Amino acid sequence: MSVDAATVRRIAHLARIAVTEAEVPHLQGELNTMLAFVEQLSEVNIDGVEPMTSVTPMEMKKRQDVVIDGEIPDDIVRNAPETQNHFFLVPKVVE
Amino acid sequence: MTDLTSLTIAEAREGLASKSFTSLELTNAHLAAIEAARSLNAFVLETPDQARAMARTVDAKIAKGEGGPLAGIPLGIKDLFATKDVRTTACSKILGNFVPPYESTVTSQLWRDGAVMLGKLNNDEFAMGSSNETSCFGPVVNPWRREGSNTTLVPGGSSGGSASAVAALLCMGATATDTGGSIRQPAAFTATVGVKPTYGRCSRWGIVAFASSLDQAGPIARTVRDSAILMRSMAGHDPKDTTSVDIGVPDYEAAIGKSVKGMKIGIPREYRLDGMPAEIEKLWAEGAAWLKAAGAELVEVSLPHTKYALPAYYIVAPAEASSNLARYDGVRYGLRVPGRSIGELYENTRAEGFGDEVRRRVMIGTYVLSAGYYDAYYLRAQKVRTLIKRDFEDCFAKGISAILTPATPSAAFGVGEKGGADPVEMYLNDIFTVTVNMAGLPGIAVPAGKDAQGLPLGLQLIGRPFDEETLFSLGEVVEQAAGRFTPPRWW
Repeated sequence: MSVDAATVRRIAHLARIAVTEAEVPHLQGELNTMLAFVEQLSEVNIDGVEPMTSVTPMEMKKRQDVVIDGEIPDDIVRNAPETQNHFFLVPKVVE
Repeated sequence: MTDLTSLTIAEAREGLASKSFTSLELTNAHLAAIEAARSLNAFVLETPDQARAMARTVDAKIAKGEGGPLAGIPLGIKDLFATKDVRTTACSKILGNFVPPYESTVTSQLWRDGAVMLGKLNNDEFAMGSSNETSCFGPVVNPWRREGSNTTLVPGGSSGGSASAVAALLCMGATATDTGGSIRQPAAFTATVGVKPTYGRCSRWGIVAFASSLDQAGPIARTVRDSAILMRSMAGHDPKDTTSVDIGVPDYEAAIGKSVKGMKIGIPREYRLDGMPAEIEKLWAEGAAWLKAAGAELVEVSLPHTKYALPAYYIVAPAEASSNLARYDGVRYGLRVPGRSIGELYENTRAEGFGDEVRRRVMIGTYVLSAGYYDAYYLRAQKVRTLIKRDFEDCFAKGISAILTPATPSAAFGVGEKGGADPVEMYLNDIFTVTVNMAGLPGIAVPAGKDAQGLPLGLQLIGRPFDEETLFSLGEVVEQAAGRFTPPRWW
């Protein structure tokens, strides 16, 4: 399988990465090189094989659904590019 | 007094205990070495004030007889580990000046045991790379050079800063992480020892995530014993990581020098690649001969799905990365590039903040997880992963204690030499190491010799799940036979 220019633009949008028109042919080439490389997996017989979900045979650990941390709003927002009164600021979302 | 930076951790531990020198003296010697080696670009942040303060504190504890297992030992920390109040970037522009308000579990355990932090080490951006050339701080230089040449060589990656700093005597040991070979390949390129523990052995909490089902922290050090000393402090159960395994941490150092007599060591025929350099072939045979001389039995084994590990990895790892890296949105931390809408803000921030390799992997990961392609790519790769793991299980079920392979298909290469036109060329570096991550097993890379140009080469030993101890015993046999290798100082 290989991707065309329209698919490259669609993937970039899904990944939320701005891509200029000039970058598309180059990215298309790179992605197709990678897809050609992984193509060899299609020759493996996977009939009846379970997909791996956990590399170690262990049950997902659970804990009580209680608050174990918090009351640290200064820490939470201290690395944010723009904040106001412990809120993250973003461009207007709802008109 | 001998140069303090050339001591091993085990030797320094003795010197500190016998009061031959203090941690502050040891720390100062390393800080001076770091300053004199800035041309290697191994450190992205030096923390001398913090290092001296930690050394003074631990010196007082040693005086009272309260020093921990790593009391006073100066270490470097890969910039993928969150360090409280110390900038942590994963060597990506998108994290900018991120200063974590928390400490990773692994590093907190090192400080608990008395280690001293010298600074943060360079790595490939988000640990995606095999040469340390994708770092936003620029490439790291390998202290090793080809004989009679001053061509700049890469130290491997992604833990290139860790490997280079340990090899160049800038720190006594370093933390590193390994998703497809990122500890073992740079260790092999720099004649250092690198350990990738069993998945679940070390907590991933506080380590910048790349591919969560593959990522594992481990040490890089100058001897097998030193790596065992560091492992004991780094390993252990952590309730904050649901994949961290709740079993006791053994005294890994006790495995050093243990007899390997009667152990069955597998030699996998699928690792004998077409066109493999004769010197790698020779090194592998030498390694087998050393283990045999120590009483081990060499057995040819088969791991039939080996050739599919790397392609399956390049579906699974980018898929997990695309999901993990979705958090970098320009809102909560790191870089922000404005846009007219929130969508534009995301897209502009991520376009500006991610380097080429990271963008490539996020995009391929997004594609293989997208509607209509999930079954053909991601699901198939996860099934192939089951088969790769089964190969190892079948092998261990036949009484094999460990598997011996070359660590890398070549010695270190030049900066800019690989992957420029075809990214897959770079990916092939991990051909011998990536299977271990796919199966969640422990692996160790041990220096074993040099190629015709005088560059170090390493051997890899792969163990049963949670049997790192056998790897330390076997690794010690290789180290005793091969000797240790130190690069001549030119920087």
